[in-house]
Amino acid sequence: MSASNILEVRDLQVHFPITEGLLKRQVGSIAAVDGVSFHIKRGETFSLVGESGCGKSTTALSVLKMQPILAGQIVFDGQDITDHSAAQMRAVRRKMQMVYQDPFGSLNPRMKVGAIIGEPLRVHGMAGDKAQYHGRIKELMKTVGLLEDMAERYPHEFSGGQRQRICIARALALDPELIVCDEPVSALDVSIQAQVGNLLMDLQDRLGLTYLFIAHDLSVVRHISNRVAVMYLGRIVEEADRDTLFSSPKHPYTKALLAAVPEADPELEAQRSEQLIIGEIPSLRSPPTGCTFHTRCADAMPVCQRHAPERKINGETLLSCHLYS
Amino acid sequence: MDSLLSISNLSVKFATERGKVQALDGVSLSVNAGETLAIVGESGSGKSVTALSILGLLGDSGQVTDGAIEFDGEDLVNVSAQRLREIRGNRIAFIFQEPMSSLNPVLTIGTQVAEPIWLHHKKSWPEAFAQAGELLQRVAIPDAAQRLNDYPHQFSGGMRQRVMIAMALACQPKLIIADEPTTALDVTVQAQILSLMKNLTKELNSSLILITHDLGVVARYADQVAVMYGGRVVERASAADLYKSPQHPYTQGLMQSIPKLDGDPGSRLYTIDGQPPDLSKLPAGCSFHPRCPFAREQCTTAKPSLQDIAPTHQRACFGYER
Repeated sequence: MSASNILEVRDLQVHFPITEGLLKRQVGSIAAVDGVSFHIKRGETFSLVGESGCGKSTTALSVLKMQPILAGQIVFDGQDITDHSAAQMRAVRRKMQMVYQDPFGSLNPRMKVGAIIGEPLRVHGMAGDKAQYHGRIKELMKTVGLLEDMAERYPHEFSGGQRQRICIARALALDPELIVCDEPVSALDVSIQAQVGNLLMDLQDRLGLTYLFIAHDLSVVRHISNRVAVMYLGRIVEEADRDTLFSSPKHPYTKALLAAVPEADPELEAQRSEQLIIGEIPSLRSPPTGCTFHTRCADAMPVCQRHAPERKINGETLLSCHLYS
Repeated sequence: MDSLLSISNLSVKFATERGKVQALDGVSLSVNAGETLAIVGESGSGKSVTALSILGLLGDSGQVTDGAIEFDGEDLVNVSAQRLREIRGNRIAFIFQEPMSSLNPVLTIGTQVAEPIWLHHKKSWPEAFAQAGELLQRVAIPDAAQRLNDYPHQFSGGMRQRVMIAMALACQPKLIIADEPTTALDVTVQAQILSLMKNLTKELNSSLILITHDLGVVARYADQVAVMYGGRVVERASAADLYKSPQHPYTQGLMQSIPKLDGDPGSRLYTIDGQPPDLSKLPAGCSFHPRCPFAREQCTTAKPSLQDIAPTHQRACFGYER
């Protein structure tokens, strides 16, 4: 493992059982994540992009070991955590925290904001004495742009954007190195998304954080990421640094995804070809053979139905597509 | 051009535990025949309440306190409940955000699509059912005839929204109101559904009111745009004019705060400070003034009304100097 990498994921596979009947007999399984490999360098933002069911959130949960994995290896900070027990994970999780999509569902409505932000300190026995504990909470609230006197209020008194700031403060409490952000702005109002996006970028500069950013909104991803991987049906189909991916997308799915994002500019819109992707994402219960995208791909060839493409380097891009081999 | 729907000076109040909340405050809008009007705003701006009040769907707690809604020469505020039922689903159709919760889970798709045809057009059930099959075909549902007997849970999210569109089109309505029709869908499916809606409304020469928070969607599909904030319309213009030269500080801020695919990557995003207002305690004067970079004393006391700044462009702002 290269010392500059904070996280390496190798050939990750996560399967969910399909059960039937009253006794929940297992009748099959769904490959939610099917051979995913990537690494994240210290201090960068790595984005996993894709539509619902592509496995991006499952991948994120597996990294935190909040999801049992079938096969593969997860190396965090030079340490293989794949087979860590729950007790061993507690120590590691101090360094990896999570910010969820829904700031309404991820805050306990019966706890005061100060107690919510301080909870990780208490759980990990790092609260110190009373003065230290409250001092740390105040400091965290200031870091994310909340006022100190808000510590005595309850979550329902806050708007979506402020709640997401509370979630971020809680994630920062233990001085983590990696923060997994699962769609952190997509539940927020447009004018608030930019505020939270900027906050995440500022915190990264100030605290040297590394982000694993999960999103479906490509324009936000382009703003915030260093490298981007596009996922489809449990596999990474294309991975490149941000500028390469957005200026010369190669995989037909990446191209379609970019074309599908409506731009807030009617003139630009008129110039763009409305190259619509056909159909919808197939069911993971019976994924297509070969390249799983061939059922919706305008450029599909006979080989695409038979063989899954291998992941190869193509210029600056890591690509899984028969068109380029 | 004659307007199909015109809303003038509409005010709506809701009775809540915390007292009366003014959800709409003097909203004026109009939609011409065959046109797409987009109503844009953030949560609590009043965009959905505007749509619901057109069809008299405000419920027991909501009440129109002032203003008029005229649809095709008919006053919809003081109309009888009976007459409203004749209009709903027939001449004005509604497409909701969540296709799963707006379809009945225990009735087949065919039954639900055929119902408005049977009810409003007085067709026999077999005729209505056959027509439902044709409609499903028009919204590009594969194997339409077989799928008539399927239930909503057997459809994917995108397919359910296609069913909703088929239901909305069933009686060839003059006006279709779509409230965030694609927010719950994936982006590749969103583009499919919006194009389908746009093409079918054009074929029927119907008008479309598209309610959304996504300025990108507006740019691609709308002819006219109304921007709402704190229960009022703050700017109205054609889509082209609005994007070329937004005139209200809120619209300008909103436009600037969207990350663009061709913008400068990695740079800080422009932000509008503060948060959208709570309708139960709206600031005095212009409700945007606490967040407005140009606010003056006048803005804190008086409410600006919607004024022409060009024949087809209006804004509610006392003006500002850069």
